[in-house]
Amino acid sequence: MSKPGKLPHWADVTLVPLASVALAFVISAILIWAIGENPWAAVKLMVDGAFGSSYGWGYTLYYATNFIFTGLAVSVAFQARLFNIGGEGQAAMAGLGVALVCLYIPWPHWSLALVGATLGAAVFGAAWAFIPAYLQAKRGSHIVITTIMFNFIAASVLGYFLVNVLRPQGSMDPATARFPSETVLPKLHEILRPLGIPFSTVPPVNISLFLAIGMCFAVWFMLWRTRLGYQIRAFGESEPAAEYAGISPVKITIYAMLISGGLAGMMAVNSVMGEQQRLVLNAVEGAGFIGIAVALMGRNHPFGVFLAAILFGFLYQGGAELALWTGIPRELIVVIQALVILFTGALDNMVRMPLTRLFAMRRAR
Amino acid sequence: MDIAVIVQILDSTLRLATPLLFACLAGLISERAGVFDIGLEGKMLVAAFTAAAIAFVSGNVWIGVAAAILASVALSLVHGLASITFRGNQLISGVAINFLAAGITVVIAQNWFRQGGRTPSLSGDARMPRLTLPFADALRDVPLIGPLYSGILSGHALLVYVAFLCVPLTWYMLFRTRFGLRLRAVGENPAAVDTSGVSVTALRYGAVAICGVLCGLAGAYLSTGLSAGFVKDMTAGRGFIALAAMIFAKWRPWPALWAVLLFGLLEAVANRFQNIEIFGLTLPVQAMQALPYILTVVILAGFVGKAIPPRAGGQAYVKEH
Repeated sequence: MSKPGKLPHWADVTLVPLASVALAFVISAILIWAIGENPWAAVKLMVDGAFGSSYGWGYTLYYATNFIFTGLAVSVAFQARLFNIGGEGQAAMAGLGVALVCLYIPWPHWSLALVGATLGAAVFGAAWAFIPAYLQAKRGSHIVITTIMFNFIAASVLGYFLVNVLRPQGSMDPATARFPSETVLPKLHEILRPLGIPFSTVPPVNISLFLAIGMCFAVWFMLWRTRLGYQIRAFGESEPAAEYAGISPVKITIYAMLISGGLAGMMAVNSVMGEQQRLVLNAVEGAGFIGIAVALMGRNHPFGVFLAAILFGFLYQGGAELALWTGIPRELIVVIQALVILFTGALDNMVRMPLTRLFAMRRAR
Repeated sequence: MDIAVIVQILDSTLRLATPLLFACLAGLISERAGVFDIGLEGKMLVAAFTAAAIAFVSGNVWIGVAAAILASVALSLVHGLASITFRGNQLISGVAINFLAAGITVVIAQNWFRQGGRTPSLSGDARMPRLTLPFADALRDVPLIGPLYSGILSGHALLVYVAFLCVPLTWYMLFRTRFGLRLRAVGENPAAVDTSGVSVTALRYGAVAICGVLCGLAGAYLSTGLSAGFVKDMTAGRGFIALAAMIFAKWRPWPALWAVLLFGLLEAVANRFQNIEIFGLTLPVQAMQALPYILTVVILAGFVGKAIPPRAGGQAYVKEH
């Protein structure tokens, strides 16, 4: 094979992910066709269900809020070339943090409760990321394996707390009591009403959406405008070079993972405080893993993460509609998610090589 | 606790350790060749579904097992394509395969059988028959040997014995054959193997394919031997426990056997008792469930002997020109 040279930067950040996603969608369409459904009708139903009404938009944005947090979490770790698969466990533990803050501190107003719960979520999420980070930095334990193990340990810890400690007396359900009414976050329709914009009152999308968007800016600022961000990116680019430049690998590994865990944890503000208003088992529902797909598709850039999170929000809401109206189960979305991860994260060279050759041909002409 | 309960627990320990053992050896062979595989879970899940579905349709469990192996090897080849041919990230490829399996098994099961993402329950020849070892009935009443031989060792499906036989086989293959030597070398120093004129790509694909076969057996036993049919997400983290056992055993076959027996015992005990009293302390069932993962982290942290993976693990090999 001749060396086709390099792909222009703009093509690498836009065409490669787009082509990967297109491939994932084509294979999913074939799967839908193979199980005897009409792919075109399915797409129409999904788009209509996710974007056709403010009800659909509300759910799409609610899911997207979760995915922005977990996507940013994976991205920050990726920038330091650390693969944090532990978002699921970090978000689960953060749910515990949110529940404790909401249940045991008498908040006078939701705005203060929001600050408290965000801090609680971030601290619990970061704490759960700290041990794998420390073991990676100090003892060289592979962070992928330790974060996977910590996901399972988190599930057990959470199960113990919900069954034995936090469950209200007389309740059979492994869940906490309902949070007090002062901690109910304003939903999007309440925020939009003063502006004269009508919005469906049903979907759980709430003020955490703006917290997530704010975090996109904060992460961008941290990564590209601060010394720490520079060090994280330098460390991710080349560990020996960064070390030679006086950047401590221990410090960067731990800081990057603390930020990552904190961000993953913040999704609990949206799901536990914003929607369920109590902590249940498996409150994260795989959003921590979707963060991997979102980060890969968004090329570890906060703006890319934002767009990818909206796409996955659409897939989730559209997939729910699909399961409601057709014989296609919700798990189809998991297949699409897997294909996106496969093509953007593992088979990206397969997509890049023909594109690179195409560009080389055009340049030669 | 009487002897019958102990026999019962040890008996189910062997059953529960079997899928772990297959998957653990699968991961061990793949990683020894330098290909990380966190997709064991997904391959087991697809194999479990395929085995149950084909066994149900054909009425013959062994056709199901063969189909399961094919399905699992197909996923292995996807992993090989991503991590060997296209030099992609092996960990991300493994994550993708796990999700692919979790999704596609339910989509196809729902479309095929319309029972909420499960297969119909298997009976008769569609399930794995249990073997009675020779003289097991005659020895049943002999003290000590009776419970040990007839109660614990006898009466399992064929794959249980195959799994335990795979331990010496894997050991022999890795440490006493030329293929095994090359396979280990390709996981430590692929450049040296390449220089000596042996194909790194072919060796790694070979290891990944063996990994697929073993994961196929693990999944097939799960749905046709351990239970009678496929249910959604039935692997329930076993692929990761197997991964944990592999690290616990520091990538060696014999210690892998002890590791999966330990983790199988923990699962058997957790299934049998809700909470355990030890020295006046109540150990909740969640602690038993988390123990394999905690032990693995402790081993990985190197506080009790250091677990060092094969040196070239996780890296694609790029030929020098």
